[in-house]
Amino acid sequence: MTMLSVVTMASPAPASSLSSLLLEPLHQLFMQRALGIGMLVAVVCAVLSCFMTLKGWALMGDAVSHAVLPGVVLAYALGLPFALGAFVFGVGSVGVIGWIREHTRVKEDTAIGLVFTGFFALGLVLISKLRSSVDLSHILFGNLLGITDGDIVQTILISLVVLGVLAVRGRDLLLFCFDPSHARSIGLRTGRLHYLLLTLLSLAAVAGLQAVGIILVVAMLVTPGATAYLLTDRFGPMTLLAVASALTATLVGLLASYWLDASTAGCIVVVQTLLFILVMVLAPQHGLIAHRRRRLTLPSPPQGPAA
Amino acid sequence: MDGSPAPQAGISIEALTIAYNGVPAVVDVNLQLQPGSICGLVGMNGAGKSTLFKALMGFVAPQRGSILIEGLPVAQAQRRQAVAYVPQSEQVDWNFPIRVQDVVMMGRYGRMNLLRWPRAVDREAVESALTRVDLLSLRLRQIGALSGGQRKRAFLARALAQGARVLLLDEPFTGVDIRTERLIITLLLELRQQGATVLIATHDLDAIPSFCDRVVLINRTVLAYGETSEVFTQANLLRTFGAAPQLTP
Repeated sequence: MTMLSVVTMASPAPASSLSSLLLEPLHQLFMQRALGIGMLVAVVCAVLSCFMTLKGWALMGDAVSHAVLPGVVLAYALGLPFALGAFVFGVGSVGVIGWIREHTRVKEDTAIGLVFTGFFALGLVLISKLRSSVDLSHILFGNLLGITDGDIVQTILISLVVLGVLAVRGRDLLLFCFDPSHARSIGLRTGRLHYLLLTLLSLAAVAGLQAVGIILVVAMLVTPGATAYLLTDRFGPMTLLAVASALTATLVGLLASYWLDASTAGCIVVVQTLLFILVMVLAPQHGLIAHRRRRLTLPSPPQGPAA
Repeated sequence: MDGSPAPQAGISIEALTIAYNGVPAVVDVNLQLQPGSICGLVGMNGAGKSTLFKALMGFVAPQRGSILIEGLPVAQAQRRQAVAYVPQSEQVDWNFPIRVQDVVMMGRYGRMNLLRWPRAVDREAVESALTRVDLLSLRLRQIGALSGGQRKRAFLARALAQGARVLLLDEPFTGVDIRTERLIITLLLELRQQGATVLIATHDLDAIPSFCDRVVLINRTVLAYGETSEVFTQANLLRTFGAAPQLTP
């Protein structure tokens, strides 16, 4: 499908507004499917990204998302749901990282770097030897426009599980992020909460790689939360803002990729990053301009105005 | 529950030894803290104060010995909301997007259902705790927007809302104003009146005689423990710190 054919087919009434012209591609089924799944994934990852941002687990998100590669390849080769393989290896990588940290003198960030590159490399080897129907580039960079029915079902199931667990245990997880000592002192099992959050991270990474692929999924799990974090001092609004920014990025990125004929995953993440930069500069409380203005107005040394 | 008092209310530490990688941090510590008393924990940095706290919180497992809180092993006591902990200020992420009243509500989580939806009784407990520490008017502030003293009081309010019988405070007077220090001491005296067991690690030696019934001096092990008037002496402090710290008479 080329862009040109679509454009010439599109809108017999040229007087219609620019926005309806821009949204024209959404009349097509494959775009609607892409947008629907993209938005679902965006919501799931955005909510989780708030926890990741506050817990400081961006690197862990990167690790888990890369480590799922061998799982995805094996699952495809064995004819199993890809989510199953991805999940096993995602959680497995977390377990291995934890084990290395506890049983050797190697520090956690080193363990993370070791494990995710090791798993990822294993995935590359498997993919080159198994020669399955898997398209490496689809796994690495996502394939939102060509998503299959089976993948859609898996993604919806994963999303429901993650959102459901967050609805029930979200407050405990937030407490765990904020003050694990207190969580422990009121009898919560912080070890379990730790692994629950990592499991949700693995699941969200699996969902997210549908949209943007393994390489960029960490952006879905970090950027919306970071953007929202600069806009508010409350967790509830932070979650809503993260979701809103992720949804915006998915819609704009998808349309941009259509009109520019550019990588979908790339466009979504670029829009997300642009939103972050915008907020970083303009945020009313925690933005760079606001900081600068406060620094200029607060001390107010009596410098004679030139006029 | 048949209403009879726990076999050993308060804190009971017996022959406690904890080592990190074979290096002992505390050795053979024995302590009995009675309900209705405030005990000051005094020692140099690295003398084992924080290790003792970690053990009381169940963060580190003892090599030898045992800890009972309200007659129960630590984990069980925690599940019954028997212990509240007021952390050092450095341990808190003050940029966390959370308001004062949300922090205090976290003290109630252990008493709520799994979803942690606050009931009327929880909201009342939070409001009452905020009133007692004089923070009710600031309850909607983000925690980082509080002064040092107000921050301490917010976490004390969380402990109050929790309603625990045993209170652990780690350096509650560091970086707080004199008004907050007085307020904290007044509250601790009230809690003692109500039968709470309070253990407080502090460097503020001057304040100790004004509210601590008992003092424990430690350096890896217990150097002295007993009534403040008997134990809190220049000679003992000399043994604890290696040099006599300035004490105002």
